[in-house]
Order: sequence, then structure tokens, then C-alpha cells
Amino acid sequence: MMKSTVEVSGLTVVRGGRPVLTGLDLVIGKGVTGLLGPSGCGKSTLLRSIVGVQRVDSGTVSVLGEPAGSAPLRDRIGYVTQDSSVYLDLSVTENLRFFARVLGVGADEVDRAVEAVDLTSHRDALAGNLSGGQLSRVSLAVALLGKPDLLVLDEPTVGLDPVLRRDLWELFHRIADAGATVLVSSHVMDEAERCDRLLLMREGRIIADDTPAAIKAAAGADDIETAFLALVEASPA
Amino acid sequence: MNPRITMAVTGRVLSQLRRDHRTLAMLLVLPCLLMTLLWWMYNDSGPIFDRIGPALLAIFPFIVMFLVTSVTTLRERSSGTLERLLAMPMGKLDFLVGYAVAFGVVAALQSVLAVGVSVGLLGLEIVGHVWLLTLVAVVDATLGTALGLFVSAFARTEFQAVQFMPAIVVPQILLCGLLVPRDSMPDVLGAISDVLPLSYAVDAMTHLTVSSSAGEVWGDLVVVAAFVLAGLALGAATLRRRTA
Repeated sequence: MMKSTVEVSGLTVVRGGRPVLTGLDLVIGKGVTGLLGPSGCGKSTLLRSIVGVQRVDSGTVSVLGEPAGSAPLRDRIGYVTQDSSVYLDLSVTENLRFFARVLGVGADEVDRAVEAVDLTSHRDALAGNLSGGQLSRVSLAVALLGKPDLLVLDEPTVGLDPVLRRDLWELFHRIADAGATVLVSSHVMDEAERCDRLLLMREGRIIADDTPAAIKAAAGADDIETAFLALVEASPA
Repeated sequence: MNPRITMAVTGRVLSQLRRDHRTLAMLLVLPCLLMTLLWWMYNDSGPIFDRIGPALLAIFPFIVMFLVTSVTTLRERSSGTLERLLAMPMGKLDFLVGYAVAFGVVAALQSVLAVGVSVGLLGLEIVGHVWLLTLVAVVDATLGTALGLFVSAFARTEFQAVQFMPAIVVPQILLCGLLVPRDSMPDVLGAISDVLPLSYAVDAMTHLTVSSSAGEVWGDLVVVAAFVLAGLALGAATLRRRTA
């Protein structure tokens, strides 16, 4: 079995005439990997490149041994964008049933996904009547359909209740323990401690790539936010 | 293409429409009301309703489906659902044909109602077959769907999408032979009229009012159907799995 799930090499992406990622190299393996950095640092662009929906200027991205975005990967990656990306005029289960039919997975998967994101009590509610947090969980449920080998989640915990946020991180770890790779982005530094491995990102570059404990130890800091600041100040501008 | 996925799209679009009572009412009732208005306008003016009524039976479903389709697909692009679908095992044609079939079903219902009201209640005189008239109306509606899918690729907002109506639809209405017979137009306009799909749709309808021979109607229908396929193919070309 392959050790790494995602291999990025020399990835350059220019958006609106401005380079967002420049010659990025990265390897991501199993477990829960957190991609942390301030808003606008290129996290979403990197995630989109891994899913294969981002127009890439140069470099290669391979996922599970296939080029990112290629047809064999399309039912093996679960992807949650920052938009809710569900139909607001359909109920929670109608949304999930539709995406399940597209993926060719059974109705039992719909029930499993609804339970996993704790929306069983809202399963017949119209998506448009849900709160922002509930809506992002519907979107997450769609990504869980069919047990993908790679989950790419772009800020899935924004605006959620702390209890729910803890539950979701537990879910991410259960999914990773079952053998999948989970890649989660966040701009909230206190979520860093929940990851097996951490990628700190700033201005399109990865400034640290290690376990949370190792990053803190190397920077001589007690928390990730301080470590992030130390790394930024130590690096040449 | 995968029939399971295509039908999933069709089923989903139809359940969305079923939820949206106001849109559904507009789609089904409005063409009937407009035909009634037209009948009333020309009630005292002799056989004019019989002359232009069939042309409008071709034009109404075309306009309505063009608008509905361009706005709904644009919503799909801007809400992120299209990106999600294209990251899944969804073929571009699955998506477009799924939409075309769903709106084709609605168009068939709409046309049956509008033709039924026009022929049954308003006394529209048709020499040709009524079922053929309905078929022409359904193909016209599908044409509206195909062109709507295509232009939605060039609009960033729903606001812009609606503006494509005067750009794409109105010239076709002006040149389709409704206002001035196509052979009496200046040569240049006649030539332009010859390459616009709605002209053939209206020709087919007009033919049905004066003749019971179906040959020319089928010829016109083939031309309109070719435009539908071309519209879907162009629409597929504008769907991109990777975007900036």
C-alpha cells in the first residue's frame, strides 16, 4: 500500500494576475492533516488543486496515484467547499439521495451520512430553512457518501457550536482511523491541536509541516499561534 | 453518459419545480392566459387570430423555457453545486441532458395545455394534426432550454442572464415571420432569418394551420432539433471541470 495519499510538486497557480501558489511541494499521508493559515493565504486554492477543480499553471498534483481531477478519482474524493453547495429548495434527505444516486451508492449510505453529522432530527427540513452551521453539515454529509478515500474539507467547522465542533473532529478521526486521509483547512489556530499533522501556510507558502507538538517545540512556543508568529518573524520576508 | 446519473438530474430538477408552486403555475397557466388575451384582442378583427395564434404557440414555450433554464443553470453555477457535481462522476452531457429532459417534460405539459385551450376553447382553426402542433411546441420549448443552457455560461449573475433575452430571443421573434412574412423581408434580413432556429419553428406552425401534409413540418422540425443538439453540445463545451 502507498504511504502518501497526495503528492504535490512544483505547483504554481496564478489567479487574477497574482500568483497564489508558487512552486509548492507537499506530501500528505493518512490521518487527519490540518491546513492552517490566515484567510487569503492560498488554502482554498491548494485544496481545489488537490480535488482537481482548480486551473493550474504549472506543476503536478497526484492523488491516490492518479493525476488530480482524473476520472478514476471522482468517486473516491469527498469535497466540501466554503459554499454550502447543496440545493436550498430541497430537503436534507432529498439532497443526499440525489448526490447518492449520482455516486451510485445506496439509500443506507444516506442514513449513515445524516447520522454522522447529527442531522437526523432535521432530515426532512428544507435546506434553505437551516442555520449556517446546519447547512455546512449537510454539505459535509454529502462528502461522506460512499466512504471516500480522501476527504477534503475547506473550513468545515466555521461558525459551529463548540460541542458540535468537538464532535466533528472526533468524526474526522474516526474516518481517518478507518483508513482514509482527511485534509481539513481552518483559519482558527486553536483547531491545530486536534490534528495528527499540521501544515502552516502563509502567503502561498508552507512555513511548517510537522506534528503540532514538534512545531511548538521547534519554535519554543506554548501554542500554535505563538509558534506561527515566531516562524513568520524568523523567515526572510 | 450514464442513464442513472442523467435521470437523477431530471428527477431532482422536477422535484425542485414541484416545490416551487409559483413558478409551476406561471409555467403552466401563463401561456394559456396569453393566448386568451390574443384571442380577445383580435376577437372583432376577422381571422387574424388563426394566422398568428400558431406562431405564438411556438414562441411562448421558447421564451419561457429560455428564461427558466438560463436562470436555473446559472444558479447551479453560482451556488457551487455545479462544481461539486463536476468533481463527482457526472458527465457534462448527463447534466445538460438531465436538465433538457426535465424541462422537456414541463414543456410538453405546458404545450398540451396551451394547444388545448387555443384549439378547444378559443376555436383556433388548424388544418393539420393537433398532435403534430403539440410536438412542434415541445421541440420549440426544448430549443429554448438548449439555448438557455448555452447562454448561462456567458453570464456571471442572474441579472446578466435575463439580459440575454433581448439579445438572443427578441431578434428571433422579429425575424421569424410573425410580423413580416419571411419572403417579403429585405434580402439580408431574409438570409439572417434563414439561419435562426425560431424561423423554422414558426414555419412549421404556420404550415400546420393551412395544410394537412406533414412532410414540410417534419423538415422544419429536423432543423429545430438540429439546433437543439448543437445548443446542448455547445453548452457541454462551456462546462469546465477546472475553473480559475
